[in-house]
Amino acid sequence: MTPQATSAAPTPAAAVTSRPSHGSLLPAAMRSEWTKLRSVRSTVWSLVATFAITVGLGSLLCFAFVSRYDHLDVRERLTFDATAQSLRGLFLAQLAIGVLGVLIISSEYTTGLIRSTFASMPQRRTVLAGKVIVFGVVAAVVGTASVFVAFFTGQAILQSKHINVSLGDPHVLRAVFGAGAYLAIVGLLGLALATIFRRTAGAIATLFGLVLVFPLLARALPSPWNTNISKYLPSQLGAAMFSVRTDSDLLSPGVALIVVIAWLAAAFTLATILISRRDA
Amino acid sequence: MIEAQGLTKRYGTTVAVNDLSFTVVPGRVTGFLGPNGAGKSTTMRLVLGLDAPSGGSVTVDGRPYRKHHYPMHEVGALLDAQALHPGRRAVDHLFALAQSNGIGRRRVDEVLGFVGLSEVARRRVGPFSLGMKQRLGVAAAMLGDPPILLFDEPVTGLDPEGIVWIRNLFHRLAAEGRTVFVSSHLMSEMALTAQHLIVIGRGSLIADDSMDHILAAAGTSVLVRSPRLDELGRLVSNAGGTTTSQDGALTVAGLSAEQIGDLAALHSIALHELSPQQASLEEAFFELTEESVEYHGADTRADHPYPEEQR
Repeated sequence: MTPQATSAAPTPAAAVTSRPSHGSLLPAAMRSEWTKLRSVRSTVWSLVATFAITVGLGSLLCFAFVSRYDHLDVRERLTFDATAQSLRGLFLAQLAIGVLGVLIISSEYTTGLIRSTFASMPQRRTVLAGKVIVFGVVAAVVGTASVFVAFFTGQAILQSKHINVSLGDPHVLRAVFGAGAYLAIVGLLGLALATIFRRTAGAIATLFGLVLVFPLLARALPSPWNTNISKYLPSQLGAAMFSVRTDSDLLSPGVALIVVIAWLAAAFTLATILISRRDA
Repeated sequence: MIEAQGLTKRYGTTVAVNDLSFTVVPGRVTGFLGPNGAGKSTTMRLVLGLDAPSGGSVTVDGRPYRKHHYPMHEVGALLDAQALHPGRRAVDHLFALAQSNGIGRRRVDEVLGFVGLSEVARRRVGPFSLGMKQRLGVAAAMLGDPPILLFDEPVTGLDPEGIVWIRNLFHRLAAEGRTVFVSSHLMSEMALTAQHLIVIGRGSLIADDSMDHILAAAGTSVLVRSPRLDELGRLVSNAGGTTTSQDGALTVAGLSAEQIGDLAALHSIALHELSPQQASLEEAFFELTEESVEYHGADTRADHPYPEEQR
């Protein structure tokens, strides 16, 4: 590497930049976040993992059911939810998208890049909003694409026993969209937690605890506390959103969506307060 | 123009910056000198609105930094060259920063060429040397072509060629009428880079003066060599000079070279050398810090000046 001739003075900014003095900073924040998101490999791998796990594991679970179908008793056959079965891969895939959500901001805190980010845009809430919108849209698109492919693949496998459903059947379309939304919501929850904790490990541990460990702990409680509490946890809210059968242990899909949005709102309210107040 | 008024920052019970007031004006390189942990980086973060002051205020262009929209057009800063995502390409790193301030892609290529990193623009920055990262940091600071530039320890990690390059860059930026504020704990580097110095120790202002004044205030001494050194030494002492002898020479403070020469001639003592010594910035620095009340409580000289900077 040789240094350039030092006489190469920079061109005056006015010639090469547009400089809106007022107006919304949000589009600029979003463009910047989009560049950051697409320019690191961990993004691509996390999204590929989300897709591959959702589709792969969903297909595997459907295949397992088909292969044992002839040996199953009537009760198990009757309570079978073909839609949910093809989507269940997302219980593992949520970890991939959740980690990506965490890394969106924790990677900036751990490298110190967050200071450059805040120095270039001191309006920190706008920075966070840019991240939420850009990542939220990407997570929703990838999540929805994943669950739709998983659904069609799974139904194709289930067809061999004629236990498949189609998108036109009651509640099925809502359930598949609900599954995609759930993936995006877990990713956003990761982003909110990482903004609060500013550390990758702490945010991931909390996120996984929330979606994986809390449901187990809640189940250890005596009834009716166990179901009353667990139905408000993110994982059960997700299950409510992508189940076709009605289940007394779950909230209705609409209520579940509202509660899960309340979770997100609470997490991002805390994140927004902290990001503005704390030293970077 | 950067103006700090009574700027104070406490972390718990630690006072990192203590009632600091200074003004950094355009058209010259202002050095920000102090030992490690003196509060230089904290002050820089306060200027950039990254940390909120516990007391006092600091403005950039008359406004607190956080009130600026698209601040890269006003202020360019290099705080920590290592603060990069290792998996991101140099060009993407700069482009993301540029986009947040409405700066176009062409400018990114321009600043990369300007710092000599065009060839590695499409490489991921993880394996970059510290020197290359410093250059990338300079490129980022220049993105908005700002009239005010802040550099925190920019020389660290640069090879000799890079040091000369960055020193010339600072001089040229100042000559263009920009405000250039450069922190360093390396006094020798500051002596070559800065025309004006703000010196802090333990978060407090020690000096805010031109380099020439600071060096002059540290005083000059005279180096004397003579075959009759002992005799001359006694005469000099009698005349009111203070002497220290080393390596067959005498360093005299308190008398001018002319006075010593006359004294020697009067007593017919031959002189083999009679040279005024300009105090180094290092000596000037210790001179200043000795005068500072802050310092009298502890042995802070030389080796272990301060505890590591608290965050």
